Amino acid sequence: MAGPLGCFAVWRRMAYFGDTLAHSALTGVALGLILAVNINLAVTVFCLLLALLLVLLQHNRSIATDTLLGILSHSMLALGLVTVSVFGDGRIDLYGYLFGDLLAATTDDLVTIAITAGIVLPLLIWLWRPLLSITVHEELALVEGIRVAWVRTTLMLMMALLIAVAMKVVGVLLITALLIIPAAASRRLVQTPEQMAILASLIAMGAIVGGLAISFFWDTPAGPSAVLCTSVCFCLSMLKKPAI
Amino acid sequence: MSELLIKATDLCLEFGDRRVLDRVSIQMHRGEIVTLIGPNGAGKTSLVRIALGLQHPSSGELWRRTALKIGYMPQKLHIEPSLPLSVRRFLQLAQQDPTDIEESLQLTGISHLLNSPMARLSGGETQRVLLARALLRAPDLLVLDEPVQGVDVAGQAKLYQLITDIRNHKGCGVLMVSHDLHLVMAATDTVVCLNQHVCCHGHPESVSEDPAYLELFGQAAHSGVAVYTHHHDHDHDIHGEMEHRGSCENQQHA
Repeated sequence: MAGPLGCFAVWRRMAYFGDTLAHSALTGVALGLILAVNINLAVTVFCLLLALLLVLLQHNRSIATDTLLGILSHSMLALGLVTVSVFGDGRIDLYGYLFGDLLAATTDDLVTIAITAGIVLPLLIWLWRPLLSITVHEELALVEGIRVAWVRTTLMLMMALLIAVAMKVVGVLLITALLIIPAAASRRLVQTPEQMAILASLIAMGAIVGGLAISFFWDTPAGPSAVLCTSVCFCLSMLKKPAI
Repeated sequence: MSELLIKATDLCLEFGDRRVLDRVSIQMHRGEIVTLIGPNGAGKTSLVRIALGLQHPSSGELWRRTALKIGYMPQKLHIEPSLPLSVRRFLQLAQQDPTDIEESLQLTGISHLLNSPMARLSGGETQRVLLARALLRAPDLLVLDEPVQGVDVAGQAKLYQLITDIRNHKGCGVLMVSHDLHLVMAATDTVVCLNQHVCCHGHPESVSEDPAYLELFGQAAHSGVAVYTHHHDHDHDIHGEMEHRGSCENQQHA
């Protein structure tokens, strides 16, 4: 799931967008605590709302998008850290949220991930062509009758869902890495957008397995280990000359 | 004249308090080539965007024939180098049918590029691929925003010839934006000289002799030379614009 979405994040230069959502997820955690609702639910809803807000804000171009995201991203991270420490009373494993706690994943988490994948993957396949179209040239897509705003919003929402779910696995600070690096690593090895999406997925999955193995044998944190695996893949891919 | 495709009446467009278009009226018929010319910032691209439905006018009326199919060739195409996309895949975004794609590539003379990556195309090649994509929609109206940008002079003449051939072959209307008067002239039916408002319009020969046109382009050249009095020049420009608007109206009354 991270593979194809990561590709769009790279193609559309949305890395900062992913970061913002991820950092804000921590505020979602805090909100969940304050309101005493299910934390996963709180994070998901919060990420979705924020994605919608960002879509709206991007229409209003009074501030450059990257500046806006930079402000939001780090304010949200700080807000999350502060509120979690005030309201958490030590009940919350802050380290786990920041860097991921892959090994603490429960059956519930697995079910959540499965449901998310069940929503996002079919949507991605269904919207693949329009998504590519708006990535290549939004106005051209609009003239050709694609509902650009709708497709773009859906992409953002899918990204938000993914991030809310993946936070459990790799943590707030490293989610973007798991989106961007596998996509970047597969770039030189492929010739079509579809190949890139599939290879990025494979690299991401391989890296998670690798990260778990490293964590098992050397007792390192699993999330960061997985991210390091993707980085190694990326470096290796740089050795190959680009096909296209 | 043949079937009417687009009719715009008294279009105005304002961004904040800056008026980009001022009561612009324009018509397009099937099989007609209309070229928009005018200095930078004259509102050429804004007018095209309104015709395409990408921008709403502040006031005025735009009528488009129902189910009008438009093939749009944007001014620039930027594809992230991180996106592995061949010309074939790029064209498939508009039309899946392989024989249509082949025909369109043949018409634009770039059959050999079918499997090339988009990121490696030269300026002229990219323009032709964009044109091929616009044609794939089997358009009633082709809209071309500075189609010869980034193309050398020899290539420009060829590209204009190609656009003329396409018009003759497909019978579609062509709305084109251009900086260059002379090269377009050969094929164009109507030239519209735009500088916020329509300065003058008509057949190529009549426009190039029109005092409003001469003043507009003569003035632009003049301010380019007098660089050291830039601020003064700017004042003069605004003033001058109002002057030649007067002369334009006089011309229409005459």
